[in-house]
Amino acid sequence: MEIALVILGVLVVLVVILVVIYNGLVTKRNRIDEANAQIQVQLKRRHDLIPNLVNAVKGYMDFEKGVLTQVTQARANAVSAGAQGNIAQQAQAENALTGALRSLFAVVENYPQLKANENVLSLQEQLTTTENQISFSRQHYNASVLDFNNTIQTFPSVLIAGPLGFGRREFFEAEPEAAAVPTVNLG
Amino acid sequence: MTTFYSEQAANRRNSIFLVLVVIGVLAIFGFLIGYVIGFGSGNEVAFGVGATMIAVAIGTLSALGAYYSGDKLVLATSNAREVGQQDAPELYNVVTEMAIAANVPMPKVYIIDEGSPNAFATGRDPEHSSIAVTTGLLNKLDREELQGVIGHEMSHVRNYDIRFALVVGVLVGSIALLAQFFLHYTFWFGGGSRGRKSEGGGGFAIVLFIIAIVMAILAPIFSAMVQMAVSRQREYLADASSVALTRNPHGLQRALAKISADPDPFEAANGATQHLFIVNPLKKLGGGRNLFSTHPPIVDRINRLRLLTGDAPLDPSQVQSLTGLH
Repeated sequence: MEIALVILGVLVVLVVILVVIYNGLVTKRNRIDEANAQIQVQLKRRHDLIPNLVNAVKGYMDFEKGVLTQVTQARANAVSAGAQGNIAQQAQAENALTGALRSLFAVVENYPQLKANENVLSLQEQLTTTENQISFSRQHYNASVLDFNNTIQTFPSVLIAGPLGFGRREFFEAEPEAAAVPTVNLG
Repeated sequence: MTTFYSEQAANRRNSIFLVLVVIGVLAIFGFLIGYVIGFGSGNEVAFGVGATMIAVAIGTLSALGAYYSGDKLVLATSNAREVGQQDAPELYNVVTEMAIAANVPMPKVYIIDEGSPNAFATGRDPEHSSIAVTTGLLNKLDREELQGVIGHEMSHVRNYDIRFALVVGVLVGSIALLAQFFLHYTFWFGGGSRGRKSEGGGGFAIVLFIIAIVMAILAPIFSAMVQMAVSRQREYLADASSVALTRNPHGLQRALAKISADPDPFEAANGATQHLFIVNPLKKLGGGRNLFSTHPPIVDRINRLRLLTGDAPLDPSQVQSLTGLH
């Protein structure tokens, strides 16, 4: 009788532990999905803004067609990479788009009429903020992924993560030049 | 990642602790005032308890008032007007970016029509927060510098410094008010009570009286000192957190140098709101370091940021040179 009670008690404790671990994993996975949704919204906004910018600057930049084609092409690649749903590929395509936009902004600097154009200025500000928002959201996304990956690979959650279908998530990688952190000298 | 959670927790604890201390001081004060008023009537203690209850009630009410509507009062006395994305796109966008970086809800954005560049944050928690900047700040700072300033304000929001500033500011103010009231009272009516005292009062009453007067003089000074010491620490922390959020140590350095070097006077700031701003609007160059400064000296703040990047510290005379950089 007593042995049965002890076994029952141990079972109840085990189930409670299981439930707590499982709920924790679900919460962390949802956090990643939410962070990813935030990034996708901002990426979508960037994709929507780019045709407007290209149209606004097209008339002034007859000699720089190459830069504009590059931006349009990079945008198309990013849109199709996003549709496939592979985070690593999408991140790569978006980074290429960021690079193309940067060279476009650099070229715009050479055209005084463009720098004085209200419409272009407003689009430039919108794209700048969208890009900053993407990079700040990416920090959150990556932090959530790191937290989740650490959890499913460490004891005790490692015991149930696999069987219950919690797999590793991929990081949304930053573009190479942003990854080059300035050296910090604490001496 | 865990550091700012512990900062938040520590700040909430400190707020509660300071509120309790201040309410304790108010209670003691109330009792003494009541005791003195009722002196010679035979039931001094009843007077004391009554006055304690009044003092604590006034303190609690004003703290609650500050908690729920202090931010509106601060914004109104600073002549701040709320703006949306259409009115000030760059400012609104930078606030959005920093809210994402700090992982807090989007605060309300306000502009103060004032040539002097400055900014502050207020509110009771990140869900009810506001960030206000002057038009001078928008005109004189570039986007990177603005981001540094907004990052600083956003860390005040995230770390609950804004709640601390609201509630503790009002409580410290009510101690000062009560102390003043007490000193005035004893000054005007002290002769009368002393006359009654000579009839039957003892040494105990005189000692109590002296203690009360000493307390009335010291309590406001001491509470203000504690408040300012905490405020200065929070400024250093907000500077460092701003760099962590923006990942750019140079924007905030240049912004601090520009704001402190700006010659325009700040019309809408006063003694009651000075501690809220990123740079004290009443004594911008910060003067020296003293126990009543709301902010550490600007050079100190800039040099702490330079330590993060390994840049050589600046001499006070060199701070101006930062304002020319871009």
